[in-house]
Amino acid sequence: MSDRSLLMALTGVTLLALAAACLVGSTPLGVERVLSALAGGASAGDRVVVWEIRLPRAVAAFAVGAALGASGAALQGLLRNPLAEPGVLGVSATAALGATFVIYYGLASAGALALPMAAIVGALAATVLLTAAAPRVGSVITLILVGVGLSSFAGALTALLMNLAPHPFSLSDMLNWMLGTVANRSFADLAPTAPFLAAGLVILFAGRRGLSALTLGEEAAAGVGLDLPRTRRLVVLGAGLATGAAVAIAGAIGFVGIVAPHLVRPLVNHDPARTLAPSALLAGLILVLADIGVRVAPTDTELKLGVVAALLGAPVFIWIVAARRVPSG
Amino acid sequence: MAELSIHEIGVTLARRAVLQDVSLQAAPGEMVVLLGPNGAGKTVLLRAVLGLVKRDGGSVTAGGDDPVSLPAAERARRIAYLPQSRPLAWPVRVRDVVALGRFAHGASPGRLGGEDAATVERTLSACDLVALAERRCDTLSGGELSRVHLARAMAAETPLLLVDEPTEALDPLHQYQVMRLLRAYADAGNCALVVLHEAALAARFADRLAWISGGRIVADGTPEETLTPERMAEVYGVRAAVRRVEDGWVVAVSGPA
Repeated sequence: MSDRSLLMALTGVTLLALAAACLVGSTPLGVERVLSALAGGASAGDRVVVWEIRLPRAVAAFAVGAALGASGAALQGLLRNPLAEPGVLGVSATAALGATFVIYYGLASAGALALPMAAIVGALAATVLLTAAAPRVGSVITLILVGVGLSSFAGALTALLMNLAPHPFSLSDMLNWMLGTVANRSFADLAPTAPFLAAGLVILFAGRRGLSALTLGEEAAAGVGLDLPRTRRLVVLGAGLATGAAVAIAGAIGFVGIVAPHLVRPLVNHDPARTLAPSALLAGLILVLADIGVRVAPTDTELKLGVVAALLGAPVFIWIVAARRVPSG
Repeated sequence: MAELSIHEIGVTLARRAVLQDVSLQAAPGEMVVLLGPNGAGKTVLLRAVLGLVKRDGGSVTAGGDDPVSLPAAERARRIAYLPQSRPLAWPVRVRDVVALGRFAHGASPGRLGGEDAATVERTLSACDLVALAERRCDTLSGGELSRVHLARAMAAETPLLLVDEPTEALDPLHQYQVMRLLRAYADAGNCALVVLHEAALAARFADRLAWISGGRIVADGTPEETLTPERMAEVYGVRAAVRRVEDGWVVAVSGPA
């Protein structure tokens, strides 16, 4: 399959999934009523259900997935390891820490940008720390462990912040940040964060050719003319912006940034640059489908999207670890 | 006019002088082999030419300019470099690794224009890799893989090629094949600076041998001039018999000097 037909196929299926997300829900709406509501017709009630409940939620799931999929694929290319991913490396957790800080200390009222900015600062702190640590720790497995430690530490600080928070909070709020969900998101909620997410994706795509050169290792990559510091800056900044924005929208959703690139890689001959775009689309698609699953699952309280993502993703993570040949040298 | 001119450079790493007062010239069409024991500074010399380690004084020119003063891509269009450690992060195809040799020309595996694609095909053919072009690198033998890496470096079609231990861990036939490719590259009018451990193999193919010991070049000349039992003792600390045979050299090491 050529790169173009892969992207076309993924785009097509994603559009179908978004349409399906508009059709499914507690209020039964037929195809005609949904289409008519999408076009601006139908009853006011139908338009509210489609435009203010179902579509924003599905678009949020897609945007979050795309950001995490592209960030995962880029971090994997930069660190040359299929396990590098915003969730595993603790980038999502530090972003969630930033977001929690803003919310529970009343800073969110400082403006619509306070929350995404705090999440992005948290994510950037983690990507800068990890890429600075990468050359020093040598082994990538050690780097993953640093990320796991960072993730736990940020999670503990998040819990501590909530314990000490001057404002009352509920356990479900905490779960929303730590597990991740796109329930009850409106387009107005997405608006302040979307530009950061888009900027992150643009920056990641600008640096993607360098990831191909890094296949050869840093020394040979420099030899073929790669400006390594520039590639590193682009990935750190792009992944920080995209992941931070994703967490500001949905909380910390793990593993989708591992699963999507892992599935895509064989279809693009394992070229890290070509992995980026299909990974973004596939990760977005996976979260749209997972969110439909969350909504139709016959449970008393709605499952969190992040829980479903982890249920699907964690086994894949373990499988990659187990199947991975020990790299020489 | 020398393609590569190294003039009195030194390198200090962790406060230890690992290269001192090194000068070396190499002309187009010439293959110069650096010989010396482990830790003598051979790899550091290649890295110092590229500017991957900082030099203390002296000067280097490649094609008229100091490589350090050139942007990364421009430098890579003049000097190709095959380091000793060649980890492949992903199980990419042979063709895609060779295509990365054209990176400095704006190409990458997913974006290979007409001229770059033609160069990749030509290099695959020259290195006898056409039959393997679609294979994944993790399915190749060590000998095949070393040819792939060499093809990657050659695909850049630079006037200067720096190669660090291209024959390491290869059997004699594959060592011979790799050296013959490097010889052909030099014979085409390019300049190759190669780090090797095998004195006999080096003498068979090189125009000149530059002997490094303790961070200094202690001898520089043709194999006939410089490959002697005394030099093997001085540089490697071994007692060795050296004999010119038809089409090559025999260097038999019998023990420490």
